[in-house]
Amino acid sequence: MTWEIVIGLEVHTQLSTNTKIFSGASTAFGAEPNTQADAVSLALPGVLPVLNKGAVERAIKFGLATGSHIAAHSVFARKNYFYPDLPKGYQISQMDLPVVGRGSLTILVEPLSGNAKPYEKTVRITRAHLEEDAGKSVHGAAQGMTGVDLNRAGTPLLEIVSEPDMCSAAEAVAYAKALHTLVRWIGICDGNMQEGSFRCDVNVSVRKPGAPLGTRREIKNLNSFKFMQQAIDYEVQWQIDTIENGGKVQQATILFNPDTGETRAMRSKEDAHDYRYFPDPDLLPLEISPEWIEQVRATLPELPHTKQARYVNELGLSAYDASMLTSSREMADFFETVLAAVPNDAKMCANWIMGEVNAQLNRDGLDMSQSPITAQQLGGILKRIADNTISNSGAKEVFRTMWTEGGDADAIIEAKGLKQVSDSGAIEAIVDSVMAANAEKVAEYRSGKDKLFGFFVGAAMKASQGKANPAQLNEVLKQKLAG
Amino acid sequence: MITYRPYLNKEFAMSLSTSDVEKVARLARLAMTPTEIEVARSQLSGIFGLIAEMQAVDTGGVTPMSHSQDLAQRLRADVVSESNQREAFQAIAPQVEGGLYLVPQVIE
Repeated sequence: MTWEIVIGLEVHTQLSTNTKIFSGASTAFGAEPNTQADAVSLALPGVLPVLNKGAVERAIKFGLATGSHIAAHSVFARKNYFYPDLPKGYQISQMDLPVVGRGSLTILVEPLSGNAKPYEKTVRITRAHLEEDAGKSVHGAAQGMTGVDLNRAGTPLLEIVSEPDMCSAAEAVAYAKALHTLVRWIGICDGNMQEGSFRCDVNVSVRKPGAPLGTRREIKNLNSFKFMQQAIDYEVQWQIDTIENGGKVQQATILFNPDTGETRAMRSKEDAHDYRYFPDPDLLPLEISPEWIEQVRATLPELPHTKQARYVNELGLSAYDASMLTSSREMADFFETVLAAVPNDAKMCANWIMGEVNAQLNRDGLDMSQSPITAQQLGGILKRIADNTISNSGAKEVFRTMWTEGGDADAIIEAKGLKQVSDSGAIEAIVDSVMAANAEKVAEYRSGKDKLFGFFVGAAMKASQGKANPAQLNEVLKQKLAG
Repeated sequence: MITYRPYLNKEFAMSLSTSDVEKVARLARLAMTPTEIEVARSQLSGIFGLIAEMQAVDTGGVTPMSHSQDLAQRLRADVVSESNQREAFQAIAPQVEGGLYLVPQVIE
């Protein structure tokens, strides 16, 4: 009997503010321990939190980008627990009235196996709330001691909670990736997963079709999409095996071990979830006016989903191409700059970027922003394909030269003598000489050996040193061979 | 989801037990003697009794407030205003090493 998988995500995104959510200490990554831990981060007696406008603005941006409700009135609450990297004894978060309410994100899912086609799905967003990050514990910092670095304490987070709308690892990964793209796209988070700027908690349960929701287990702190997929696959199988062997899944918080590919339950702390939330008396309610929302809306760029639709409807690209070209803002900007050089050849631009450019970037281990060829330079090459100055293979040669040596397309075409021969007189002369040199083959061809056509194309191309315009050459050959 | 507004009524106030107080004390990391727990139980019950009395007031037409002052949060511009004062802060810490505050080993 088959099982249904139910997955929901909670994603912690570190907001890209200059300062902490409740104080003016810097949030720059990589500073010496505790050099950015000010009196508020340390929870020294007598300090008071003052909310960072930049953090609220980023939350509003996210709400607008996901069509979510933005609360006119939201409230900060204390979440109480004891841990050395949380000096106050509580985390300031939001509970009953979060800044961002219901919204949604439409994703393109690429099934991980089989020949299944990519499909669209809309994932509902339950809420997104502002909160502060905790510090960092360094275990074994000294004999029998734990070291605490509070530089990260107070870094603003937007915790984005989805509905349990995903039913496979592929969908969960597609959603996480789309969210990762979006937060970078609108400039609210740098998305650096190694540095912990984008951390995912995944709630997984299984059930028989039509049955009520099963008991979920929460996989904590996944910081790579690959691990997310592995962790979900392992966890789903573990839950199914447990139930089929007559066991019961207990609600638990679990960790994924990338070395073994397994999940395991964390030692459940007694009272771990008794956080005794209550409104923080140190903070007044956050009021967001419609005017402020409109001001923020005016700063939003065209969103990935809108761009995708435009690429499909106006440029005639496939949904897949459109999705690839909007995988980051750098990618989309690159594409649009190339397209400006050859406005009627969107498909050619897409093919070159996703083909040649991506292949070279992958080979050299670079990302789009580090490409040695700029979009303007590539546009220069494609322009010369479009106006028949060079052939596709000539263009590839220009591209290779440009990649290593730089330069502009026209100069390389000139220097390498790659200009196609499109002069019909010249092509006719070449064809005539090839036919004269191979009179026997011409006779064979005319007596019905059609296959020889390829031989003539090759010979003529060779005689032109590869520069003949291939379409024109074919045409002339056909005519002349026909006699 | 845990709500921070427990439903309070007379029965709840009456039923506050020794183990309720022990639990709250444990969550707050307070070591209390049985005598102290009994004192706290009686005082807390008194407070809950007062709350129960207030709950009885009809507030149907009043918008709930999350703060005692009817004001909105003032916001701060996102500009760095704090400099590194680690030395001063760590001068009063019981134990530090390599810039880290040291605490007894925490094992997950």
